[in-house]
Amino acid sequence: MQKLKFYQKGTLTVGNRLVDEASHNVQASQERSNSLTCGHRACQGCGEALGARYAIDAAMRAAGKQLIAVNATGCLEVFTTPYPETSWQMPWMHSLFGNAAAVATGAAAAMRVTGKSTTRVVAQGGDGGTTDIGFGCLSGMFERNDDVLYICYDNEGYMNTGVQRSSATPPAARTATTPAIGAQPGNVFGTGKFVPKIAVAHDIPYVATASVADLHDLEAKVTKAMAFHGARYIQINVPCPLGWGAASHDTIRLARLAIETGLFPIFEAEYGRITQVRRIRRPKPVAEYLKLQRRYAHLFRDGVEDPRVARIQAIADRHIDEYGLLET
Amino acid sequence: MLEQIEGSKAMARVIALCRPQVICAYPITPQTHIVEGLGDLVREGALETCEFINVESEFAALSVAIGSSAAGARSYTATASQGLLFMAEAVYNAAGLGLPIVMTLGNRAIGAPINIWNDHSDAMALRESGWVQLFAETNQEAADLHVIAFRLAEELSVPVMVCVDGFILTHAMERVDIPTQQDVDAYLPPYEPVQVLDPADPISIGAMVGPDAFTEVRYLQYYKQHTAFDLIADLAAEFAERFGRASGGLLRQYRSADAELVVVAMGSVNGTIKDVIDEMRGEGLSVGLVTLVTFRPFPTAALQQALAQARHVLVIDRSLDPGMGGPLASNVDLALRNLASPPAIHSAIAGLGGRPVTKASLHRLFRQAMTEPWEGPHFLDLNERVVGRELHRRGKARRSGPAAESILKILETERAAAFQARSETAK
Amino acid sequence: MIQVRIHGRGGQGVVTAAEMLSVAAFLEGRHAQAFPSFGSERTGAPVVAFCRIDDKEIRLREPIQKPDILIVQDATLFKALDVLEGLSPDGFLLVNTARGFSDIHLDDVVARIPAGHAQAVPATELALAHINRPAPNTALLGAFTALTDVVTLASVIAAIHRTFPGKVGEANERAARAAHDLVAAHVSAAKDHADA
Repeated sequence: MQKLKFYQKGTLTVGNRLVDEASHNVQASQERSNSLTCGHRACQGCGEALGARYAIDAAMRAAGKQLIAVNATGCLEVFTTPYPETSWQMPWMHSLFGNAAAVATGAAAAMRVTGKSTTRVVAQGGDGGTTDIGFGCLSGMFERNDDVLYICYDNEGYMNTGVQRSSATPPAARTATTPAIGAQPGNVFGTGKFVPKIAVAHDIPYVATASVADLHDLEAKVTKAMAFHGARYIQINVPCPLGWGAASHDTIRLARLAIETGLFPIFEAEYGRITQVRRIRRPKPVAEYLKLQRRYAHLFRDGVEDPRVARIQAIADRHIDEYGLLET
Repeated sequence: MLEQIEGSKAMARVIALCRPQVICAYPITPQTHIVEGLGDLVREGALETCEFINVESEFAALSVAIGSSAAGARSYTATASQGLLFMAEAVYNAAGLGLPIVMTLGNRAIGAPINIWNDHSDAMALRESGWVQLFAETNQEAADLHVIAFRLAEELSVPVMVCVDGFILTHAMERVDIPTQQDVDAYLPPYEPVQVLDPADPISIGAMVGPDAFTEVRYLQYYKQHTAFDLIADLAAEFAERFGRASGGLLRQYRSADAELVVVAMGSVNGTIKDVIDEMRGEGLSVGLVTLVTFRPFPTAALQQALAQARHVLVIDRSLDPGMGGPLASNVDLALRNLASPPAIHSAIAGLGGRPVTKASLHRLFRQAMTEPWEGPHFLDLNERVVGRELHRRGKARRSGPAAESILKILETERAAAFQARSETAK
Repeated sequence: MIQVRIHGRGGQGVVTAAEMLSVAAFLEGRHAQAFPSFGSERTGAPVVAFCRIDDKEIRLREPIQKPDILIVQDATLFKALDVLEGLSPDGFLLVNTARGFSDIHLDDVVARIPAGHAQAVPATELALAHINRPAPNTALLGAFTALTDVVTLASVIAAIHRTFPGKVGEANERAARAAHDLVAAHVSAAKDHADA
């Protein structure tokens, strides 16, 4: 049998028609749980809303709908639960900005001790709530190997509070606290952290990165994560039209470019070792990705490419080399 | 059964009898022996169906308890001092969410300067967080209050903090009657949450509330605390009936009915005060005591009733609000100001950072309150000479250096000189 | 009310001694309160622990400033701090030392309290002989029961077994008995001397 590779299978059109029934994605099924249902207040083109919908429905299917979600403070929490309404058709709880991982640990412990261990727990937060203020609780949950799947929706900044820099904000990006002013406009080079690597260093059962550009892959990773017990971590790249200064219709395009430039490496790791990398056929130049976002506008002023673009290209190239992203 | 037992161990034993299902442990002196004791009981199998979780911070400790409580498990943690402040955000959150978590607070001072010894600064710092705060006088009461606390927390769906003087009680070994499992079970039914994360009946907990509803949600918190007065009294009565001793309640009175001077205090210092009162009564002085057990909700009506006849009320605060004075004194003042003929209120700050509160000093203080009352807070046993020297030194130079280190230096110099003098006399 | 203050150094079981003494009193149906001088626990640092014993509930929570009985587990402490501070004029003093009071320059101290109220016990040596560890606390408690009639040797031994179950408890019991017998012999010799 000929082995086909559908580069477009992430979409709901070509992919589902061409793949076998079992590989149809969760959202294509009438049985999907609609855990994060319509009517919420996310911006048009919100990558986080899209990512969360796919991730949580996949987790719901994997858990047989026996699932509890814990949410950090942030856009996802605010746009889904304006009192007294809620978009969550599942048990859902928000406590604080920095404690989602710990609250989830508690919920999972309660399930074990009350004899409901088939009920699983996911925690979710943005990059600020995960890589900065919630990092202590996240690392604690990892090292104890608590039975929690933590999903980080990474839009590279504090978007809920008005687009400030987080430790996931990339170099040169303009935010409200890294303005495009002065000798070093935008976020400073040589700063920030990539939490998936740190998660891998905890030797937890499963770590993955994913993107709203490949929703099929995203669902598959969430499903796979749910097959493990213990601490699991998925970081999903979710473009933010507002924060990035991009067109709402470019969310998927930007997410795809982030992958294809090598800026956002897509990989899986189990028990501390990388097991799977998503390869790139022909790496795109980073300028193609940067030019679509006003947060990088200062790099292309008056049609002149700032030397910093080359530094960003070097970061992408380093990722390609480090993770072996090139298709051979 | 009566046992000669360390306070922390007694509390651990009784907390275990309350059948907590999730215990979050993070070490901080002086509460560590409690969670260590519980950890032993879990490992030994004496406390079954319980998850004992070693977390990475106090913030995580209470956050884990928030998650487990919301998911339907009886949840417990303990902390002290800096730990309470480190979890402050979660303390307010647990109360706002109405989660019936019980937490022991091994009362300890707050730095800087860092100090591991007892006072009530930690409890006072979070008195407005929406937790019920109960103060133990003895280790018997410290143990008993946990049984009452779980019952109260779960009936009202509010978190309860059991405040126990660090070291003075936590590390003291004395006689404690450890109740039987049957009696505790009869008093404390299994946890039935009013809200729970359950896939069979999904709800959202912790939504954002705007100006249109926030006042009402907060009012309900106030309302709930105010309905607690009767319940706290009833639970104490029921406790006394079942266990045969008085623990908990809003307040206790000791020789105060006819007293000219009534002292108001919280925690372990009440025992020493009672000894002083007996001695003063023996000398014909009219002194009594009101021991406040429940600090939050603040039992205004009960205090008014207990203090209406007094001429002088002396409030002993074991903490200090540097910009105001004694927090308990301000609260008592507020409670009494509208009485027809309110008593004169005198405020004393005592026992800060482990400074012993001695009978000798209390004798002087009580007499002074009746004969030469003062304005503002009186600092019991303040070393005025050292303070004077430091203020003088500080006035001389802009870069006068850190105050704490200077005071220690002055004290050490004095101590060394005194020891030297004594050695020479001995020779 | 009887008030006992125990001085020693971190690691010598000072707090445990106060606790065992309180257990011994408890076993005799009395009220007892034992508590340490609350500090950061460091091996070798001076440590103080207290024990109050009474026939009624003990409400007092201040540190013991005027002890009736002083137990000093480490004689080097006399040089470092005022161990004897507040000792009642008819109080008792029990010091862990293999040397005489004159050798450690305590004659004037001994003279301050009634004859026979001060006793030196080689508790560390007894502990090493019986327990194989330089932990003088149980030996001193044994000696304590010979010097005073606050609690009986049997109660102290029962308290020792509660704290140290099994073989360790038995070894500690032997140390306590040996120290008790030593001091009992001193006391009765002194009595005979006085009677004669």
